[in-house]
Amino acid sequence: MNKQLLRLSVASIVLLLVLVLATTYWQTWAVAGLQDRQDNAVQAVAQFTVARGLIEGSNGQTIFAANRKKKVGGNTLYFRRYPQSGLAAQTIGYSTTGSTAGLERSLGDFLTGSNQNLSNVFQGTLDRLGGGTVHGDNVVLTLNPAAQRLAMQQLGGRCGAVVAMNPRTGAILAMASSPTYDPNLLEKPNGYAQILKTKAPCPYPSPFLNRATAGLWPPGSTFKMVTAAAALDTGTFTPDSRFKDPGYCTEYGKKVYNSSAPDSGAHEVFGNVTLAQGFQHSINSVYCNVGIKLGAKTILEYAKRFGFYSKLPLETPSDERAASGLYRSTKHGNQLWSPGNPDTEVDVGRLAFGQERMLASPLQMLLVGATIANGGVVPRPYIVQRVVGSDGSIISQTQPQMLGRAIKPETAAELNQFMQLVVKGGTGTAAQIPGVTVAGKTGTAETAANHVYDAWFVCFAPAENPRVAVAVVVENQPNGFGGAVAAPIAKVVLQKLLGG
Amino acid sequence: MRLSYRNRELVSLVAVGLITATGFASVYIALKAKVSSGSLGYAVFFFALYLAAHLVTRWVVPLADPYLLPLAGLLTAIGITEIYRLGTKDAFKQAIWIVIGVAAFALTLLLLRKDYRVMEQYKYLFGVGAIVLFFLPQLPGIGTSVNGARLWLRLGPFQLQPGEFGKIALIVFLAAYLREKREVVAQGRLKDWGPMLLIWGASMLVVVVTSDFGSGLLYFGIFLAMLYVATARLAFVGAGLGLFLAGSALVYEGTPHVRERIINWLHPWTTTKVYCPLNGQLTYRQDCQSYQTVQSLYSIAHGGFGGTGLGSGTFTTLSGAPLVPEQNTDFIYSALAQELGLIGAAALLMVYMVFVLRGFRIALAASDGFSKLLAAGLSFGFALQAFVIVGGILRVIPLTGITLPFVSYGGSSVVSNFILVALLLLVSHRANREATP
Repeated sequence: MNKQLLRLSVASIVLLLVLVLATTYWQTWAVAGLQDRQDNAVQAVAQFTVARGLIEGSNGQTIFAANRKKKVGGNTLYFRRYPQSGLAAQTIGYSTTGSTAGLERSLGDFLTGSNQNLSNVFQGTLDRLGGGTVHGDNVVLTLNPAAQRLAMQQLGGRCGAVVAMNPRTGAILAMASSPTYDPNLLEKPNGYAQILKTKAPCPYPSPFLNRATAGLWPPGSTFKMVTAAAALDTGTFTPDSRFKDPGYCTEYGKKVYNSSAPDSGAHEVFGNVTLAQGFQHSINSVYCNVGIKLGAKTILEYAKRFGFYSKLPLETPSDERAASGLYRSTKHGNQLWSPGNPDTEVDVGRLAFGQERMLASPLQMLLVGATIANGGVVPRPYIVQRVVGSDGSIISQTQPQMLGRAIKPETAAELNQFMQLVVKGGTGTAAQIPGVTVAGKTGTAETAANHVYDAWFVCFAPAENPRVAVAVVVENQPNGFGGAVAAPIAKVVLQKLLGG
Repeated sequence: MRLSYRNRELVSLVAVGLITATGFASVYIALKAKVSSGSLGYAVFFFALYLAAHLVTRWVVPLADPYLLPLAGLLTAIGITEIYRLGTKDAFKQAIWIVIGVAAFALTLLLLRKDYRVMEQYKYLFGVGAIVLFFLPQLPGIGTSVNGARLWLRLGPFQLQPGEFGKIALIVFLAAYLREKREVVAQGRLKDWGPMLLIWGASMLVVVVTSDFGSGLLYFGIFLAMLYVATARLAFVGAGLGLFLAGSALVYEGTPHVRERIINWLHPWTTTKVYCPLNGQLTYRQDCQSYQTVQSLYSIAHGGFGGTGLGSGTFTTLSGAPLVPEQNTDFIYSALAQELGLIGAAALLMVYMVFVLRGFRIALAASDGFSKLLAAGLSFGFALQAFVIVGGILRVIPLTGITLPFVSYGGSSVVSNFILVALLLLVSHRANREATP
């Protein structure tokens, strides 16, 4: 019988070895796939056993996201709380039992300490062996809490956004989106429904939308920065190129009128002007003619150099950022549109002053201003200054990067002058700061309703050596011109950031 | 200097005691808020208990295999540590069962210390006894059903699963019968197969009636394995497996319960919603029928290579409800795999391997057919039982709920497995006594 016994013992061991192999499969190869499954309740709970890292402002004192301990079934779980409630809600995002958004989502690996860098692996193992809690990494943002708070106050519940950046580095200093919401409500009964009912003076309040990066509006006259850049950089025009403004421009035999004057309501007529004066007073007919001369292809080409037609890089989740460019409605909704033959398919005269079907995000228009401030080189936007391990070691430190050169330094210098004229004696005088040279551009985009506008202002200062760039958009303003509505907001945010 | 068998056992038990203490200490450290330092008392208590068992072996079976008792102790310790971590109340009950198990172990040794082969004379008693034990829970009044399976007897505060003891009785019967009739059975005459097929068929009938297919697979496997050892005819095994597959196909067609198990095994995740009998609505299968299977896999995967550490695993939802139902009985392996990781789970399986190999070593050393068949049946049954439940959890085979020997929460399982160890030790002692001049 011994032969059979030996064979049977081998069979028994083979059975158990199969179990070892199967366990190996589920605990190594299959792990990644199982972790991502929606119905993984273990993972959904396990994430709360980790004390997520803090999200802090640039001053190292303001905490945007912290933890709240709770004992459940003998385990200590860590839920999020947001001490600044709605201050930068759309950017910070949230991490709740149901879902995650914003930086809380995109930086999840760092915040939960699951990013496999040496410090995390070591510290996490120590924590586990000691029976302690695994601590995530803290994230320090470039966001200036004081400027952020001021921007939110200035928006005052209106729909709109304020974004500020250091044009030399690309560091985001403020990113305000209004209306906002209190992320602490999300874990409360009916909190989500309550947030959705938020009221604000615009057709779609959408408090969850990060208007600074994902909100799209016609850029209006702020787009003249792009048109002027193309006009000067290609050498087709000089600042002194002369135009005759009859109050309109003729395109395909039709008249495209200037905007009406804020006081009289009639179409403004300027007569003989230069390209620079056309910029200073934001004369549509001048830029309409520039556009016709340059062609839509060239203008779109320059827009792309500033970042249009691509999702601008930032640490927030990719679906919380929208690319700027021409949009057209399709059966799948409004979609980004790259015309195959722009010179015939696009109404270039209206494109040149930012109407047509051009839509831009505040971050994109800020980047145009910042590029001009930065001598023609596009800075790469970032909002995470550094990631710090729970043991205090620096895990990553963001080094400023440049996305590339959009325009020649001379062109940037000329545009800088144009923008100084706007604030000194043009449409943007409301942004003047005593003792500081401010450069800016207003925009007043038409909406579907008569005399209701989206008000824009893009600026930077000090013009000689720019340290701060700001973009403001305020949505759905009756008789609200960029110079009157948006420029004063930009001014106080600029002052705050220059002073601090 | 070479240590005697019993001294080797003692040294191994001390090692097991230290491992148990470490396990409880790590649970204590991780769950300070939840458990008291009294948890360490468990380790001391178990060491004392095994010491008592050791004294009995020293007296009754001094020449028996020195590693089986420490291995059983180790498995029991791993089990109760995890059970304790999942819920201290069940751990206390399990501790009582382990005491009863050790008592049954001592009693078996003492009762059969003269010559366990006396059981051969009562083989039909064991055969009929097995059937009676299988049928007991079906009797109205004393039988109760848990989760739809009617496998338990209610005795005061305790529930008893007589099937666990029926399994051992069946192995004793098969060993005795096959020892006597192995030559004629090998010739394949129906007359000689009769009593064996009758008793085996009756036990399979119970399995079908109770829908306890895990046990069915186990009994069938043990039957085929012992038949092969006795007759050396692989053809019997082949024919048996063929019959099993044919029977399974029939059962699959006829029993919705089995069909559901197979579907859950092959397709636990669906991308479209399917009918859910639990709430009568359309749901993803992973949220309904196969919920337990997939959550247990998530639990295992969450452990990864090194595990979360004892006491640091995730077993409850955010509201404190259990994530995987039956976590400390059928699914204790997924809890252990999460907290101990691949390293710990593989080590646990290796303990089973060593246990099984020691068992087969005893079978090889034994001199008579009954002892060989008995030891082989018990050892193979032990391995197969681990395979059926863990393989079911790991989706190697369809999931059927049976206990993981010594580790799962469950009194009958612990007691019957201690009897199994006692029987193996008796066989081993006799074989070694005969071998020494």
